[in-house]
Amino acid sequence: MPDQAQLLPGTLDLLILKAVSLGPLHGYGVLLRIGQISGQALLVEQGALYPALFRLVGQGLLKAAWGTSENNRRAKFYELTVTGRKRLREETEGWNRLADAIAAALSAQPEEV
Amino acid sequence: MKLLASLPSRLGRLFDRSERNAEMDDEIASHIQLRADDLERSGLPPAEAERLARIEFGGQERYKEEMHAASGGSSFAETVFNDARFSLRVLKKSPGFTFVAIGTLALAIGANVLVFAVLNALFLRPLNLPNENSLYAIERGDNGFVSYPDYVDMRDRNHSFQSIAAFNIIQPSINSGQEPSRVWGYETSGNYFETLQIQPYRGRLFQASDERGANSAPYIVLSYAYWHSHFQDDSNVIGRTVQLNQHPYTILGVTPPGFHGTLLFINPDLFVPLVNHDELGGNNELNARSKHWLFDTLGHLKPGVTEAQAAADLNSIGDYLRATYPKEEPQWKFQLARPSLYGSFLGNPIRAFVAGLMLLAMLILLAACANLGTLFAARASDRAREVALRLALGSSRRRILRQLLTEAVLISLAGGALGLAGGIFLMHRLSEWQPFPRFPLHVPVTPDPKVYTVAVLLAFVSGLLFGIVPVRQVLKANPYEVVKTGSSGTVGRRLTVRDVLLVTQIAICAVLVTSSFVAVRGLMRSMQTNLGIDPQGVVIAEADLSMAGYRGPAVLTMQKRISSAMETIPGVRAVGMADELPLSMMAVGTTVFNDKATDLRSSEAVARPWVYKVSPGYFVAAGTALLAGRAFTGHDDKDAPPVAVVNREFARVVFGSIEQTTGRYFKQHDGTRTQVVGVVEDGKYFNLTEDVKPAMFLPLAQSPWAETWVVVRSSDDPQQVASAMRSKFHDLDQGMLVYVQPWSTEIQNVLFPSRMATLSLGVLGIMGAMLSITGIFGMAAYSVSKRLRELGIRIALGARREEVLKAALGRAFKLLAVGSAAGLILGLLAGRVLASIVYQATPRDPIVLLGVAVAMSLLGLLATWIPAQRALSVDPLILLRDE
Repeated sequence: MPDQAQLLPGTLDLLILKAVSLGPLHGYGVLLRIGQISGQALLVEQGALYPALFRLVGQGLLKAAWGTSENNRRAKFYELTVTGRKRLREETEGWNRLADAIAAALSAQPEEV
Repeated sequence: MKLLASLPSRLGRLFDRSERNAEMDDEIASHIQLRADDLERSGLPPAEAERLARIEFGGQERYKEEMHAASGGSSFAETVFNDARFSLRVLKKSPGFTFVAIGTLALAIGANVLVFAVLNALFLRPLNLPNENSLYAIERGDNGFVSYPDYVDMRDRNHSFQSIAAFNIIQPSINSGQEPSRVWGYETSGNYFETLQIQPYRGRLFQASDERGANSAPYIVLSYAYWHSHFQDDSNVIGRTVQLNQHPYTILGVTPPGFHGTLLFINPDLFVPLVNHDELGGNNELNARSKHWLFDTLGHLKPGVTEAQAAADLNSIGDYLRATYPKEEPQWKFQLARPSLYGSFLGNPIRAFVAGLMLLAMLILLAACANLGTLFAARASDRAREVALRLALGSSRRRILRQLLTEAVLISLAGGALGLAGGIFLMHRLSEWQPFPRFPLHVPVTPDPKVYTVAVLLAFVSGLLFGIVPVRQVLKANPYEVVKTGSSGTVGRRLTVRDVLLVTQIAICAVLVTSSFVAVRGLMRSMQTNLGIDPQGVVIAEADLSMAGYRGPAVLTMQKRISSAMETIPGVRAVGMADELPLSMMAVGTTVFNDKATDLRSSEAVARPWVYKVSPGYFVAAGTALLAGRAFTGHDDKDAPPVAVVNREFARVVFGSIEQTTGRYFKQHDGTRTQVVGVVEDGKYFNLTEDVKPAMFLPLAQSPWAETWVVVRSSDDPQQVASAMRSKFHDLDQGMLVYVQPWSTEIQNVLFPSRMATLSLGVLGIMGAMLSITGIFGMAAYSVSKRLRELGIRIALGARREEVLKAALGRAFKLLAVGSAAGLILGLLAGRVLASIVYQATPRDPIVLLGVAVAMSLLGLLATWIPAQRALSVDPLILLRDE
């Protein structure tokens, strides 16, 4: 496995929302999707995913329903709600602003000061 | 309401938890399955794949806890439920403690619930009539009786009542074809049922328009209970004619099942119109303004009229009556009272008594709470280690306190439930109880929502009360210290909460013990009081001759025949007769005037004696000693000049002394000049607590009276005499219904209040004693067990037995002494209140003081016996090796 980065606190929710926004997923699927879209760079502890999923359901950002997986296993599928989609947009913008600011700050040269 | 509305969802969540748990398990299983599938595809054998998937997932339980927390955490109900479950487990581990605690509370709460139920039955919902809040009984003067014309004036002239009804109590004979029998009835004014807003159950009830003057309404209305038991619910009896005191009366209807008249102590079988009073009673008093015989008047106040306004209104009628009929009308004052217990006359003393009982019962509960508080505090300090461990492991103090309180409330709810069950059992027994064989009581002491509410509240509050005692202890606990040094904490020298609680509890118990001693002593003394009669060896019979149809002169003839018939019974030594007997719960008062008096208004009266009409043989038969002059003879009849025998108090008040009394004259309220021929000893007439009262006796032959009490003194067995008397009555007239009983049994009725007071105080006193035993025992046993090591060392170093005992139990005894002294003083103060109920209950009685001191020391000895044995049998070797 390539180098894996630890998640920053608070970023797991954002990653889950993003993963699910690409199509309904079960918990394990969320895990795989996060690995896939981060180029296997981000590691999520398997068990730790579920409290986060439950929290997002509790906040009304996700909805869940039991269904069948691609290899015919019973699994619970998560899907974005309208508020969830809105929240994802806001959080993405917020993250991008923060990332830009951090990047700008870190790339500062002595002569710019 | 909001809480109630959300209750289903709260409960739902409570049971949801297991469902959610299952779903989480499913989801986790599905995750592991999917992961294992992937691993299998990458070449691992299935078993290995699943094992790896599980390991990768991590601690399932921890994540599940987090998932619960993430989806809203546990609800309040859930927490309570969990605490309760945990508490049950803890309590199960110490069954002895749990048993004692629940038992103590069950007794204390049961006593409170029972007393409250009695209070409820007597005062909070006594008669169960429509709009009872505005219903008042009207009391007049000091004994409340009015004449029928007075009543008519009150009814027609007042502006405050919607209407005023009147009733009188009679005991007629009824004959519906078979044997005649005696029943209790109300003679009521025509508007009685309309006034009370009672609807008929069957047929119709008589009303104001049915009466057109004296003896115009020969109707009766049956009570539901009588109709049910004597006419088997037969609707055809309506319209039938029955014989009432040998006069034909038509049955009009039946009152509803819930209606039992307007007095708790007379539950009537039937109702007859008051206007027929003269026909039924065989006398001539309905329209006599000076005959004050109407038992009670009552009515609903008009809306907006206050009690005071109504009383003022009635008083102005009283003033008018007095101005118009100065000879007939004494000075009266009107006041309003609650119906049901005959107003302030019976109601006030009973209310005071029941309220006092309630207070004592609350004290018992308080003592029980103090007791359990001590136990809980001791337990909490024994559990200091457990508490410290939980604190150290990260439990919050709030959580621990919540759990301790839950434990307390669980115990108190269990105790409350048990107490309530016991209370309900006793309530059923109480409702059926008929302490006075002659008077039909109707006091349904039944549990209703109020009683249940009180039980639950008491349980809850007492649980919180004693549960809160160890709170400070827990809050102060320092987990580090406790875990480090172990639980053998030092026994503090200073005053602790526990000590204060124990002293309080002992003081309360001493109050109860003192009160019951005072009551018992009072009762013992009242048994020895000089009653002015000697009921031993006397059998009495009551026969209302008017019931058997005797009128006018026939009454006197019949009374003479009864007297001679009784004298023929073997073993009979004396036979007497009277219209009423002393201490028979009825007494007639009158006013008397100086011989010279011309103004016969009651304000000018020299005395207000009780008056009895008696036969010549009465004094000997009743055992009343003649002090001067003579008793009546057969010659004191209506042709002879009016004479009287008076008691010593009458002689003292009216004439100054006994010596100057015989031969002197006084005037009766109607102006009859009466000569005193004899003086008898003082006695008790109405009840045992009364002060010495004047009384006078008039010859039955000079003022005939149909209601006849026959007094038969005999040396034979009372039961035999009683049956001989019954058969003599039967021989004389089969239609005569008599009530025969030994006089001493009848007099027990008068002792009823003192007996009740003594019984209830005795029970409370015993409960108090039990509580102080468990309290002292708990404290002593605890302090001995805490100090076993120290005592062992003392013994090892050669301490003597007394020294060990002093070290172990000195403190317990000191607290006991302080508590008892405080309680004794309080009890003596409370004894003053008792004096009004229990005759001659004086707390300043050396025997009472001594008794309480001895009782409390005995309790102390009893309670500390086992801990003392344990302290003395300490084996230092074992103890020292133990640590």
